[in-house]
Amino acid sequence: MSAPLSRTPLFALHVELGARIVPFAGWEMPVQYAGIIEEHMAVRQAAGLFDVSHMGEARVRGRDAAQFLDGVMTNEMATIKVGMARYTVMCQPDGGCVDDLIVYRLAADEFLICLNASNAPKDLAWMRAHVGSHQVEVRDECAAWAQLALQGPRAEAILALVTATPLAPIRRFGFAFGEVAGVAGCLISRTGYTGSPGFELYLPAAAAEQVARALLAAGKPHGLVPAGLGARDSLRLEANYPLYGHEISEKISPIQAGLGWTVKFAKPAFIGREALHRQAQGGPVSSVVLFSLEDRRIARQGAVVYSGETPVGEVLSGTQSPVLGKPIGTALVAAGHAASATLTVDIRGHRLPLRLATEPFVK
Amino acid sequence: MSNVPADLHYTKDHEWIKVAADGTAVIGITDHAQAALGDVTFVDLPKVGASFGHGDVFGTVESVKAASDLYSPVSCEVLEANATLNDSPDLVNREPYGGAWMIKVKVKNTGEVAGLLDAAGYAALL
Repeated sequence: MSAPLSRTPLFALHVELGARIVPFAGWEMPVQYAGIIEEHMAVRQAAGLFDVSHMGEARVRGRDAAQFLDGVMTNEMATIKVGMARYTVMCQPDGGCVDDLIVYRLAADEFLICLNASNAPKDLAWMRAHVGSHQVEVRDECAAWAQLALQGPRAEAILALVTATPLAPIRRFGFAFGEVAGVAGCLISRTGYTGSPGFELYLPAAAAEQVARALLAAGKPHGLVPAGLGARDSLRLEANYPLYGHEISEKISPIQAGLGWTVKFAKPAFIGREALHRQAQGGPVSSVVLFSLEDRRIARQGAVVYSGETPVGEVLSGTQSPVLGKPIGTALVAAGHAASATLTVDIRGHRLPLRLATEPFVK
Repeated sequence: MSNVPADLHYTKDHEWIKVAADGTAVIGITDHAQAALGDVTFVDLPKVGASFGHGDVFGTVESVKAASDLYSPVSCEVLEANATLNDSPDLVNREPYGGAWMIKVKVKNTGEVAGLLDAAGYAALL
């Protein structure tokens, strides 16, 4: 028996807006409203509003909070300034990823951490298991918060219509608390998972629908549309952002995933440091590559990558890029093949050349 | 609600077939199928002259979300594949029963048509 699916505070609104609802990471989530490509292009050209309330939140507070987090996260935590956020990975001793997270520093001794929906219980248990003698409290706030992502070149102009909080001073990966659409205590963060500019809003769960309706109404003349998880996935893949369970996992380390920049070996000790250091020094056994195809077929998760007739890897994510008009994806390939110009992928018996990309398709 | 035209026959796998008096037929996928697939990005169709048995996979329709096999409603030989879908796969979303027909075939055993669903039978599945 699987557990019953959870619903975000915006479930009724999604139904009202005509969303197609699918199960995702234990939640009933909107995968699309008007259509994935249309929503994707709205985010690239105007704006889209995503309900990402399935994401979890943990509050880490106490005298040793920064020191504690530096011991479980790969990136530097103590150097995050209050009012700023940082992307990081949390690793197992073998270097595999427990999760990837955004850490917001609320105060010198207080952090709010965004957790992937499917990993939230695991993350909370992992952090609590490693508290040790640190004076710190790890609080589960998953149910307290709803999250909206307002993404696209028109996002700032739209958000300014429903908040008096000055947005210009909020830098990339910066945040501020303010009132949005009459709802106090909202965390307004200039972050996102689309490769387009925009904001993520952490809202008191009970007020989420009020904020979402206000944004949709204010944004409509600017081209704002509700956008679902389908567009969220194609947008993040164009921007080459990893998705847990695909590009990173308990089996794929940040070094393999090309996230070495989030691993700070200058820190004296953190979980996974030795294994990650060995990978970084000797080269990992396999690594993640980004690719496009000159074809109409999409290489999907699990499709086998070949060098000649030898299988050397498999596809981790694949979709059609609405911006490029061709299929894109990521693959995990064995060491020595990550820069090969002659890799192919098997799609239902068709062998198609992988065109490796050295940069995201959208920046 | 999905559109289910009365003059077609259907499979439980969401293909439709329109059989003409001369024993030829046109095959496509239903309005329900295109809606479930979402944005169609590619339709992989067989070559003229290819033969298929009842229930054989004759092609693939690929959307942003997934690739789905196309099943032949009857035993048939392909007379024509809709070349328009090469350049405009999104026609499947817009005109599933019209411009986005997929293959024109010669039906080998017209008796098989009687075993397919009629519009009411198909609508009852949705």
